[in-house]
Amino acid sequence: MSAVETLPARPAPVSTRFLRSELGMVFRRRRNQVLLLVLAAIPVIIAVAIKVTTPTGTEADGGPPFLFSITGNGIFVALTSLTVVLPLFLPLAIAVVAGESVAGEASLGTLRYLLVVPVSRTRLLAVKYAGALVYCLVAALLVAAVGTVLGALLFPVGPVTLLSGSTVPYSTGLVRLLLVALYVAAMMAGLAAIGLFVSTLTESPIAAMATTAVLAVTSQVLDSVPQLDWLGPFLFSHYWLNFGDLLRDPVATEGPIRGLLVTAAYVLVFGSLAWSRMTTKDVSS
Amino acid sequence: MTITLPAAAAAVPTVEVDAAVTTSGLEKRFRGGQLAVAGIDLAVPHGSVFGFLGPNGSGKTTTIRMLLGLIAPTSGSHTLLGRPMPGAAAEVLPLVGALVEGPAFHPYLSGRDNLARVDAADRRADPRTAAARIDGALDRVGLAAAARKRYRAYSLGMRQRLGIAAALLQPRELLVLDEPTNGLDPQGTREVRTLIQGLADEGVTVLLSSHLLSEVEQVCTHVGVMHAGRLVAQGTMDELRGTQSARVRIETTDPAAAVRALGLPDPHVDGRHVSAVLGDREPEKVLAALVHAGVPVRQFTVAAAGLEDVFVALTGEGFDVSG
Repeated sequence: MSAVETLPARPAPVSTRFLRSELGMVFRRRRNQVLLLVLAAIPVIIAVAIKVTTPTGTEADGGPPFLFSITGNGIFVALTSLTVVLPLFLPLAIAVVAGESVAGEASLGTLRYLLVVPVSRTRLLAVKYAGALVYCLVAALLVAAVGTVLGALLFPVGPVTLLSGSTVPYSTGLVRLLLVALYVAAMMAGLAAIGLFVSTLTESPIAAMATTAVLAVTSQVLDSVPQLDWLGPFLFSHYWLNFGDLLRDPVATEGPIRGLLVTAAYVLVFGSLAWSRMTTKDVSS
Repeated sequence: MTITLPAAAAAVPTVEVDAAVTTSGLEKRFRGGQLAVAGIDLAVPHGSVFGFLGPNGSGKTTTIRMLLGLIAPTSGSHTLLGRPMPGAAAEVLPLVGALVEGPAFHPYLSGRDNLARVDAADRRADPRTAAARIDGALDRVGLAAAARKRYRAYSLGMRQRLGIAAALLQPRELLVLDEPTNGLDPQGTREVRTLIQGLADEGVTVLLSSHLLSEVEQVCTHVGVMHAGRLVAQGTMDELRGTQSARVRIETTDPAAAVRALGLPDPHVDGRHVSAVLGDREPEKVLAALVHAGVPVRQFTVAAAGLEDVFVALTGEGFDVSG
């Protein structure tokens, strides 16, 4: 029984080692780094394109929101970029990381070795989801940060004119931008929960990623069909652009809060589904 | 050649009160309806090296997956180290090292980083001793020199060694090793055998699954034989060998005459060699009969039954894949 004595009688009540290891796996992975690089390239492309061609006209002429405000204030590079990555690039990156989470370990066979360590299935799922959440946060903040820095370098910065027409100091504008980035990251948490669930269903990470990405696009397509207006409020992508309300004075909280509540509902439902699937499935890969 | 064996002789009773692994009617039926494991009662005694034998597809790995809680049995129950599974998994599994159906690691991480990943997942592992334990495990399986190579560059044998190293990151009471010498060269196979022997000498119970009879024969104290999802026999090596009588083997220049004079059932002729199961005949009398008949005998040996004979007798077939 010598083995018993050499092991701590109880496991550490809280250990962040596994989470840190998971974050290392997510962020050291070349593919995930490339996805972040692509996201960071968006503000660069937008800023340089605007700098070189200086668009004329108004938003009525088309193009993403805030685009025509950039020449007046560099902070709008960040806001334009967040708007541009929101429909596809960002969901795609999240779909890759969340879809990979459980299915990736299953396809390699490392899932069975984690389980016999032992890692409880609930803990494994929690750590995997936490890893995806941190990736959402980093992705949104990265786009905002690169946009802010580049905007400040290439364009004038100063007091920001909000959507409601009033003007706030640049520093307040930055705080609003941070809120917008956090809101965008929070919106991705819903998609990450869906991806996590899909990832528990299959041993093919590619299938899980593709399914999650397709769901993100489908949600937006359904949301854009006028005949399906009744469905809109139930779609997780319906509230993604509500961050505009954070750029009013005073902040209009109703839209963003509704977005957060619906996202929370998605996290709860798909988190539970993922949990019930994960804790009962036969790991035979 | 077939030997029919009375059922009573095949089922060697093993009564182990304090067994490291016990199963009771453990059964797994997959969703397709295929019965992979048909209600087995396994008993792996404490401190034994238990050879879990059977052809590919006989249900060994499925049994091991159930033992470790990776898949749920359709019916039946089992204990590990005296505790009921899967309820006690959190307390028991830290004392169990396992290699299940081949090694599996992240291809882009080095061997060392892969072990660090496994260790980080273990809430009981002390991070302060992680580096020393990882190096120790790598050293023990002879991978120290390749520790910083990426896993994808590892040969099959190196991967197998890394899998065993992962099982040895902590002191264990029970090691479950599923085909640990797969892909190893003869030298590597010997090393693993020595390693298992060393661990057994320290008092670790080893459940060693294999489809290689010779591997099990050399290192195991106990054997359980799986065939088509059933545990057809289990017991000590001697008990199992005892279910088969010895064989007599003759080298002669006149095999045909030897076969006539031998007077034993089912003689097997292979060139100049004739062999047959001795049964209850005395070898001296067999030799006398041969000499009396004028058979030119160059060599006459009596060999105890090998595991292969036992296996053939139990399953009625060679050591091939079960359907």
